[in-house]
Amino acid sequence: MIALLVRDLRLAMRAGGGFGLGLAFFLLVTVLVPLGVGPEGATLAKIAPGILWVGALLACLLSLDRVFALDFEDGSLDLLATAPIPLEGVVAVKSAAHWIVTGLPLTLIAPVLAVLLHLPEGGYLWLVVSLALGTPALSVIGTFGAALTVGLKRGGLLLSLLVLPLYVPTLIFGAEVVKRGAEGMAIATPLLLLAGITAGAAALLPFASAAAIRINLR
Amino acid sequence: MEMTVHGLACARGGITVLEGVGFALRGGRALVLRGPNGIGKTTMLRTIAGLQPAVAGEIGLPPESIAYAAHSDGLKATLTVTENLSFWASVYGTGPDAVEAAITGMNLGILRDRQAANLSAGQKRRLGLARLLVTGRPLWVLDEPTVSLDAESVRLFAGVVRRHLAEGGAALIATHIDLGLDEAEVLDLGPFRARSPSEGGALSAFDEAFA
Repeated sequence: MIALLVRDLRLAMRAGGGFGLGLAFFLLVTVLVPLGVGPEGATLAKIAPGILWVGALLACLLSLDRVFALDFEDGSLDLLATAPIPLEGVVAVKSAAHWIVTGLPLTLIAPVLAVLLHLPEGGYLWLVVSLALGTPALSVIGTFGAALTVGLKRGGLLLSLLVLPLYVPTLIFGAEVVKRGAEGMAIATPLLLLAGITAGAAALLPFASAAAIRINLR
Repeated sequence: MEMTVHGLACARGGITVLEGVGFALRGGRALVLRGPNGIGKTTMLRTIAGLQPAVAGEIGLPPESIAYAAHSDGLKATLTVTENLSFWASVYGTGPDAVEAAITGMNLGILRDRQAANLSAGQKRRLGLARLLVTGRPLWVLDEPTVSLDAESVRLFAGVVRRHLAEGGAALIATHIDLGLDEAEVLDLGPFRARSPSEGGALSAFDEAFA
């Protein structure tokens, strides 16, 4: 399973692997919003938590259709399904690789980009914490969506439609954590709910994803 | 190591294509599947490899014994020959020695640091087949293994299969060309073509519900 993780990370880093796609998108969103909304610090500070979380979420969504599609097209998914690794393990590793390639860099770069959006001082710590806790859920849920649409040509649109509603709770609680943090209010409730969503998704969804892939490979 | 198949029926796209297939395959033997396009060779091999459920019948084989090679090689274009093989070696728990043996066995030595994207179709196929050697599995299930191989590579591959059989392995091969494996038995799938319901064949569960 570690071999699979290393392979996926190596593929992502090589030319055409799609590393940096989500990061570039996130950068664009946070640079363009101040230009569109105007330079007023108060307005930007108010919308910053929401914009940062929406940007991170869409950046995650952008690279989801690559999670299984490439392996399906070149036949490796068939071979992985007959290999001694359980398919649930394959799916979990794929989500982990997706998170390392998109979620983790987004989390690390977010505080830098938050400066552009005048995020109030108290929000930076909670921005990083909420993204670190929330983006794994985005990867795991997204992997489930990718597993459902794996055999479809141009399944990207369907994938987005399937996954976006499932992303809503993560977005609401994630942005709420940052907003409350920025305003200096108590953050325990949304933070716990966010962590709960991630833990639940990571524990249960790999099984659902593996079942979906088994059906799609028939 | 013995594999037995009894009364196997398999379906593609909800339509049963083969029924009543039965054979036994012991270690050291090869079985070549023959039959026209669309008879269901690939479907049957996928069923045996466990990628899809059988409609009816039993497949008896030791667990963790199959190495499956499909039409596509499952290569990663941006990884080198060695990296591709090393990945499968660690998935199957065999070591770097197996990778070296596979590279030598399929004559990939001078290509070892080449990216798979820069290989010719025949070289890719050889790399795909070299994967079988790193699996260390006794039963090879091969779907048209010789597509895009030149005559010399076919002979090379036949030699690899023969060595595998000599070591007690077995091979189930769907192919249209003569591999030159004299010891292989041939199973023609023509007589096992599933009858349509109008000819007295079994209805699928779905059609049965509406019959």
